[in-house]
Amino acid sequence: MNNFHAVVTITLRKGILDVQGKTVEHALHSSSFSSLSNVRIGKHVEMNVVADSEESAFTQIDAACKALIANPIIEDYHITLHKTEVA
Amino acid sequence: MNCGIVVFPGSNCDHDAYTAASSIGNARYLFHKETSIPSDIDCIILPGGFSYGDYLRCGAIARFSPLMKEVVTFAHKGGLVIGICNGFQILTEAGLLPGALLRNSSLSFICKDVYLKTENNATSFTRTLQSGQILKIPIAHGDGNYFAENETVKRLEGEGRVVFRYCEQNGNVTKNANPNGSINNIAGIISEAGNVLGMMPHPERYADSALGCNDGIAVFTSIAETLAMKKVG
Repeated sequence: MNNFHAVVTITLRKGILDVQGKTVEHALHSSSFSSLSNVRIGKHVEMNVVADSEESAFTQIDAACKALIANPIIEDYHITLHKTEVA
Repeated sequence: MNCGIVVFPGSNCDHDAYTAASSIGNARYLFHKETSIPSDIDCIILPGGFSYGDYLRCGAIARFSPLMKEVVTFAHKGGLVIGICNGFQILTEAGLLPGALLRNSSLSFICKDVYLKTENNATSFTRTLQSGQILKIPIAHGDGNYFAENETVKRLEGEGRVVFRYCEQNGNVTKNANPNGSINNIAGIISEAGNVLGMMPHPERYADSALGCNDGIAVFTSIAETLAMKKVG
């Protein structure tokens, strides 16, 4: 078995108004960061997973995202996996 | 009427719901760790509050409580379930109602009285109201901005499943009357089978004239009438 470290990034689905993102964007624009745009605010969730392969680790994390970590009606998520030495 | 009021860690409207329900019928608390619903319970109330600290998403963790599995079964068997505020959020997370509740468009927590238009009085939860009747009911939430896919909203509208809508005092449904950005000013919806209602406003907080308004009691008298009719039937 191998140890993996997963990072899940969750953002509101494209097409859903991200009010926090818009507010931060407006603040940036009024603070001379006018070249920055499309600000999206999200969540960052980290966890360790033990699995026999990277594919299996991804499948487990993906199932957890669908079941609890993200709400697919309103959120998109992205999983990044790294193999680690210790759990 | 024998109401079971589910108490999650972080529920804070359970006592108000108990007081309102017990003024009409019988009520008792059900602890979230219980694994069965007593057989005489004929209505479940998921009260407002901040279950599990609103961690991750409002209502997301409460859905996994042992008792919620029983509530889902109870609902699938046709039992009456009403979710108020955080209870509504839990119902959407549990898949008993469509859509989701986003952060209020103002990003503020809003605590104030609003006016609701009764869009459908032919439900188990609104039968003692007139069609179009205006109610004054308090809201207190940070995440009450109802969202669903266009097709879902069309379906809800087409099937008369939007039960309450935010409106002006005179009943006009306007953008100004919408406190949180909800699609189509939606304040409450009902399930396809008609036995599960979710609403962000708090009828239990205006269920006694000693509080200055008792518009909310109609929801509880409606439930009691529905259950009495079922018994006779």
